[in-house]
Amino acid sequence: MVATPFTPIASLLGGALIGLSAVLLMWTAGRIAGVSGIVARLFPPYEDRQFAGRLAFAAGLVIAPILVRLVTGSLPAQTIAAATPLLIVAGLLTGFGAVWGSGCTSGHGVCGLSRLSVRSLVATITFMATGVATVFAMRHWS
Amino acid sequence: MAILVQFAIGLIFGLGLIVSGMSNPAKVLNFLDVGGIPRGTWDASLAFVMAGAVAVTFVGFSRVLKLARPVFADRFYIPTRRDIDPNIITGPAIFGIGWGLGGFCPGPALTALGFGSASAFIFVVAMCAGMVLARFIAQLTSSTRIVAPTDPLET
Repeated sequence: MVATPFTPIASLLGGALIGLSAVLLMWTAGRIAGVSGIVARLFPPYEDRQFAGRLAFAAGLVIAPILVRLVTGSLPAQTIAAATPLLIVAGLLTGFGAVWGSGCTSGHGVCGLSRLSVRSLVATITFMATGVATVFAMRHWS
Repeated sequence: MAILVQFAIGLIFGLGLIVSGMSNPAKVLNFLDVGGIPRGTWDASLAFVMAGAVAVTFVGFSRVLKLARPVFADRFYIPTRRDIDPNIITGPAIFGIGWGLGGFCPGPALTALGFGSASAFIFVVAMCAGMVLARFIAQLTSSTRIVAPTDPLET
């Protein structure tokens, strides 16, 4: 594993930006900033006419680091330790579980908890628990 | 105009993920690693990301939702379900396992794409496949029922 520094100030500030984004999306589009819901609806079946807006939001997520690199000339560290087979399994489970459970870290964890939704609280506690258990099994059971 | 605004809002979200450190899977995994607490390798930063995000969203939502309607839409689309069905536990349980294996949840995975990482690309392709599969299975099972709560995305 790669050690990472504790960054409370930057993380609080970044979190506030994520919150600001969620509030702005609700204010303008009237939608929950749930990334899994937004990405899943980029694929058929299409139930409404919000495709372009969702694609624009997703494009913003992808282009943000490109913009940061253009402006500051560098990007913060990013370490992806998992090998390809593990990434594929992880991706499948993450995508499947997020849709099956009606949301992910952003939809349930940020927006849902902020709305005091009991469903989102149950979801957030559950994915934190299995996330912690999975990392524990991967790192300490060998 | 609405499209440009949503692009800008996505940019802010992505910027938040980068500034907070969430676009780095190693940081996410070190947060989830409670076994790292006695070892001194636990990274508590993610709790601060959540705290910052929820604080701003809680205050912002309570103000915005007092308005008659959003700027570019006819109404606010707020999830209405309140029941604790099996899916609200099994889905997040599966999601958490994937999150713990890769260190990526959907937002940071998309932002990691913009870092130019091939690993992130592989993850995102698999994630999208998982999403499509979940919706497909949900539609199959719901079409066999008379009353159809079709899409699990409709929270």
